[in-house]
Amino acid sequence: MAHRIVVGLVDGIKDAPGDNIKKRISSELGIEVDRVRIREVYTIDAGLSREQLEMLAGSVLIDPVIQHAGIDSALGGDFDYLVEVGLRPGVTDNVGRTAQESIELATGKTFAPGEAVYTSRQYLLSGGLSREQVEKMTSELLYNRLIQQAVVLDAEAYCRSDGVAVSVPKVTSVGRPEVETVSLELSDQALTALSRDRVWALSLDEMHAIREHYRRSDISLSREQFGLPKDPTDVELEVLAQTWSEHCKHKIFNAEINYRENQDQPKTIVSLFDTYIRGATQVVRARKGEKDICLSVFRDNAGVVRFNRDWSLVFKVETHNSPSALDPYGGALTGIVGVNRDPFGTGQGARLIFNTDVFCFASPFRKEPVPAGLLHPRRVLEGVRMGVEHGGNKSGIPTINGSVVFDERYLGKPLVYCGTAGLLPATIHNRPGHEKKAVAGDRIFMVGGRIGKDGIHGATFSSEELHEGSPATAVQIGDPITQKRMTDFLLQARDEDLYHCITDNGAGGLSSSVGEMACDTGGCNLDLTQAPLKYAGLAPWEILLSEAQERMTLAVAADRAERFIELAGRYQVEATDLGCFDDSGWFQVSDHGRIVALLQMEFLHEGLPRMRLEARWQESHISGIPDEPLHHGDLLAAMLGRLNICSKEYWVRQYDHEVQAGSVLKPLVGARDDGPSDAAVFRPLLDSPEAVAVSHGICPRYSDLDTYHMAACAVDEAVRNAVCVGADPDEMAGLDNFCWCDPIESEKNPDGAFKLGQLVRANQGLYDVCVAYGIPCISGKDSMKNDAVIEGVRISIPPTLLFSLVGKVPHVERSISMDFKKPGHLIYVLGTTRAHLGASEYYQQVGAAGGLVPQVRPQENLDLYRALHRAIQAGCIASCHDCSDGGLGVCVAESAFSGDLGARLELNRAPKENLTRDDFLLYSETPGRMVVSLEPDKAQEFEKIMSGLPVAAVGRVTQERNLTILGLSGKIIIDESIDRLKSAWMKPLDL
Amino acid sequence: MSSVRVLVLSGNGTNCERETAFACKSAGADVVDVAPIWDVVAGDKRLGDYQFLCLPGGFMDGDDLGSAKACANRIHYTPIVGTRVKLWDELLAFVDSGKLVLGICNGFQLLVKLGLLPRLDGGFPKQVASLTFNDSGRFENRWVELGCDPKSPCVFTRGIESLPVPVRHGEGKFVVADKEVLSRLESAHLVPVRYIDPDTRKATQSYPANPNGSVDGVAGICDPSGRVFGLMPHPECYLTKYDHPRWRRTPEPSEEGRGLKLFHNAIEWLKAS
Repeated sequence: MAHRIVVGLVDGIKDAPGDNIKKRISSELGIEVDRVRIREVYTIDAGLSREQLEMLAGSVLIDPVIQHAGIDSALGGDFDYLVEVGLRPGVTDNVGRTAQESIELATGKTFAPGEAVYTSRQYLLSGGLSREQVEKMTSELLYNRLIQQAVVLDAEAYCRSDGVAVSVPKVTSVGRPEVETVSLELSDQALTALSRDRVWALSLDEMHAIREHYRRSDISLSREQFGLPKDPTDVELEVLAQTWSEHCKHKIFNAEINYRENQDQPKTIVSLFDTYIRGATQVVRARKGEKDICLSVFRDNAGVVRFNRDWSLVFKVETHNSPSALDPYGGALTGIVGVNRDPFGTGQGARLIFNTDVFCFASPFRKEPVPAGLLHPRRVLEGVRMGVEHGGNKSGIPTINGSVVFDERYLGKPLVYCGTAGLLPATIHNRPGHEKKAVAGDRIFMVGGRIGKDGIHGATFSSEELHEGSPATAVQIGDPITQKRMTDFLLQARDEDLYHCITDNGAGGLSSSVGEMACDTGGCNLDLTQAPLKYAGLAPWEILLSEAQERMTLAVAADRAERFIELAGRYQVEATDLGCFDDSGWFQVSDHGRIVALLQMEFLHEGLPRMRLEARWQESHISGIPDEPLHHGDLLAAMLGRLNICSKEYWVRQYDHEVQAGSVLKPLVGARDDGPSDAAVFRPLLDSPEAVAVSHGICPRYSDLDTYHMAACAVDEAVRNAVCVGADPDEMAGLDNFCWCDPIESEKNPDGAFKLGQLVRANQGLYDVCVAYGIPCISGKDSMKNDAVIEGVRISIPPTLLFSLVGKVPHVERSISMDFKKPGHLIYVLGTTRAHLGASEYYQQVGAAGGLVPQVRPQENLDLYRALHRAIQAGCIASCHDCSDGGLGVCVAESAFSGDLGARLELNRAPKENLTRDDFLLYSETPGRMVVSLEPDKAQEFEKIMSGLPVAAVGRVTQERNLTILGLSGKIIIDESIDRLKSAWMKPLDL
Repeated sequence: MSSVRVLVLSGNGTNCERETAFACKSAGADVVDVAPIWDVVAGDKRLGDYQFLCLPGGFMDGDDLGSAKACANRIHYTPIVGTRVKLWDELLAFVDSGKLVLGICNGFQLLVKLGLLPRLDGGFPKQVASLTFNDSGRFENRWVELGCDPKSPCVFTRGIESLPVPVRHGEGKFVVADKEVLSRLESAHLVPVRYIDPDTRKATQSYPANPNGSVDGVAGICDPSGRVFGLMPHPECYLTKYDHPRWRRTPEPSEEGRGLKLFHNAIEWLKAS
């Protein structure tokens, strides 16, 4: 029989998490509660004696100084309502797993199969609340019905039943479901229905290609020899659907596109990826010659570049949008621990050194009701924030860079970009660290977590829009500790040379990881019989496709397998032999002695027909000019308070950004450690002054005018940010993450061709700027269906490109922060300001449409960036800050208040073209501009380095704590206290 | 002068072992081994072979039963393979043999939950204090200023007046089982480091200078011998001047980070004894 141990804080100990919930109930739901207390519940479904339970409740599961516990009975206390939230069956219960380990150790009893510990949490609510209010806070704040279950009791019912009744969320199932044979000899209509009903997301063309393959006589003959039916098995079709999914094959980026721009002649683009992304990288690498830093691009889980002679840098950014829309906490947590495995599984395995996260949300202060099936953006924001906090902090990886972007259209799908870098020895066991290859005869090992139904069809699901019935199995809860144990073990295994090849189990699970690795040898024989399951009842295809987290797949030489298993055991990591890699030409899967899938390797990986798509793009002209502002000081304060500009300290503080002791330029800088750093600088080797800058650019607003410039500006912003902090513009590498709205035209999606046209334009912008700057793209990812269709209404995100970048900082001494340092320092503006106000934060603030979208002039900017880097290297620069959202006005205000100093500037002196209005000069978002400050005695040297470039001294840093700006007419237009400006900037998102 | 051997114990979610080991090495330790606790369980590493045990920061077991609690259980109940000796017995023997123990953040939480700190009577360890949720209810990463008690017997803080260091925790609020524990800690000077107000230089209860609401500004405590010391902030994250958030504004006193001083003190003490 199961027993419940309920743990609460003793009187006199502040319940800080309870107080936080109380605060959130008030701020998010507008309901005032007197008091919220939290209790933890352990439901132990194992044959334990009363004495054992008492030991657990008396010491093992509690902290005796601050907690007390009760067994199977009510733990007194005053409250009006109790809400208990537990997990649904099959949802990962990390605390339950840890509790079970402790219980097994303390009692000496090993749990039998099926025995387990389940955790839940009680919220004790006091205050004159109605049941309706309690139910509202339960459904809108305390629990998520997709993964959790909740019980609401009033105090009287609670006393009557002596606590909450025991309930065990155990997965119950019988036997292992059979393998099914599926005939494809059907009408087109039936084939389409089959693909849809089984969540395969295969098009009719693709279904035809599969059917043709199975009709081949040589295939039939082979199948007969292996004792398989002529028709495909469900296992085979699931593997094909997964391998051919948009998520894995990037069908849209590889499609043949018939593209028409304005009234021009249509042209054919065969693969956006090959043409523009890989294409740009090829041109850049060829031009760089010996200075090329790329080691491994586009072929592994992450890109690899040279850091120095002995070390390589690995970098990857992923998105986890759809799961985060359904369960923000679990989705984001899985996003971060999932992307961790990409660099970890790159080359022979990299040690992880930092994370970078960028989120896009609708306003958390949204007042209008949220459509059914979507969560309020405030809840999404808080869940995502916490998921990434737990994923990053518990993994011991510092989160050193990121940003949060707001736009109402992210209501339909939030974007959750998670990135991770790793450090890889340049040479491991006499082989280049970035190379790996499975060898025929190697054993297939799966390592780490167990397999459950979690995440099944995640790869195909993310290739679909969200709808009311989106499956809960798409959501998983990551487990950073299981993963940490696994990575600790695998780094040791790497150093002992115990494996030939490593990759992660992400989208598509074993099907994908083993299928890809089998390309090295030309086949595999995978046996699922011993596959470790979380619970019984999984069909073979489910075992293959499960996206259960914290798992890696390795190719281990047969003679190292014994040591590999022994080492895994020592680290308490599960490692299971699942067959071998071979050169048979077949992806063969068996289960309990029978073959359940036999797929020709060549067809699996090369058989997908290329998609053909239509794209068109039409330039639009909107005009409109806002009135001049009445009060420049108030306007500046309002601009600083805009969601896309204001302080994000609330996030940054809750992310460990200093673990590993390498954060030499932190995300928060300045006199009071709260200024917004342009980028982070990280010193990955404790005994070397060499460092890496990490930055990003993201400008989705500009997509409303032209995605070409949106992409160009994103690349420029990333480069500019990195240059500002001291990175060498000639030693950088980039990474593109496209998040788009559905670009395939159909009846439901009538402007699909335009969205694809926007994608073409964005790729062209990316190509042009990357080639001009000499920035290779080393890896990337796309997420193409960021739409929600709720009750027939489509909400599409603005087309969004995140461009992430790593750059070499030769010596940490020459890394620069953005805060003004000393009164008397000279302030310079670098770069020409033009009338680039279209889709700017300023135009949004005043509600103006039209205007010219910001446009990059690559050669002009590159000359400036190189000169700035020389000035930084020469030690001329005291502070440097880039002008981006909110332009020059926001930039100087931030540098001033972050330095706790004032400044006096004359706008007239700034380099500019065709600008006659102060507000335009202050808030234009022309890319390629920076504001630097320096000691007066460095001015001569600095000006010499900058000669011939659009650079001008515009003023001085002052002791007086005011920002004073003289307008074009020479009159003072702004004279504001930096405290007022800072407060306007700090406040909005101090949640 | 004897050779100084340090063991930095890792695993199950510790994450500061590399920089902690680097700090020990930089401070002059002769041998610094980073080993997962499982190597001690397997008998491959023996605590008795070392003079200085570092329990580094991290998120052991994900803080799942409360910070460091699951690891305290592990230490209490896991036998060394092939013996009847528990990890706990080996750890207690190490502590009682006059050697040094430093627990940082998660390692400090572990020492307190095992009752090895403050261990006022020096008898069998019993937990009399704890570290619980920050008053803010949040994990926070921020730099704070520590003031040191010059009268403390603590080996690690000798000669240090004050120290800027980062905190990075969600459960760092020091609480005691009863008032007597606190008064005994104070009278015996077993609180070597307190959060201080950077202006008044006095111990403070006000946020954020005291980042978690710890009673009496307690940032760390030692045992009466001064050999066992734990603290919430991270001195191992201040190895060079570049680690300080404001080195670009205010000149640092030395290239070497001030956090290293704690480790120098430990190594020097061991070399002298």
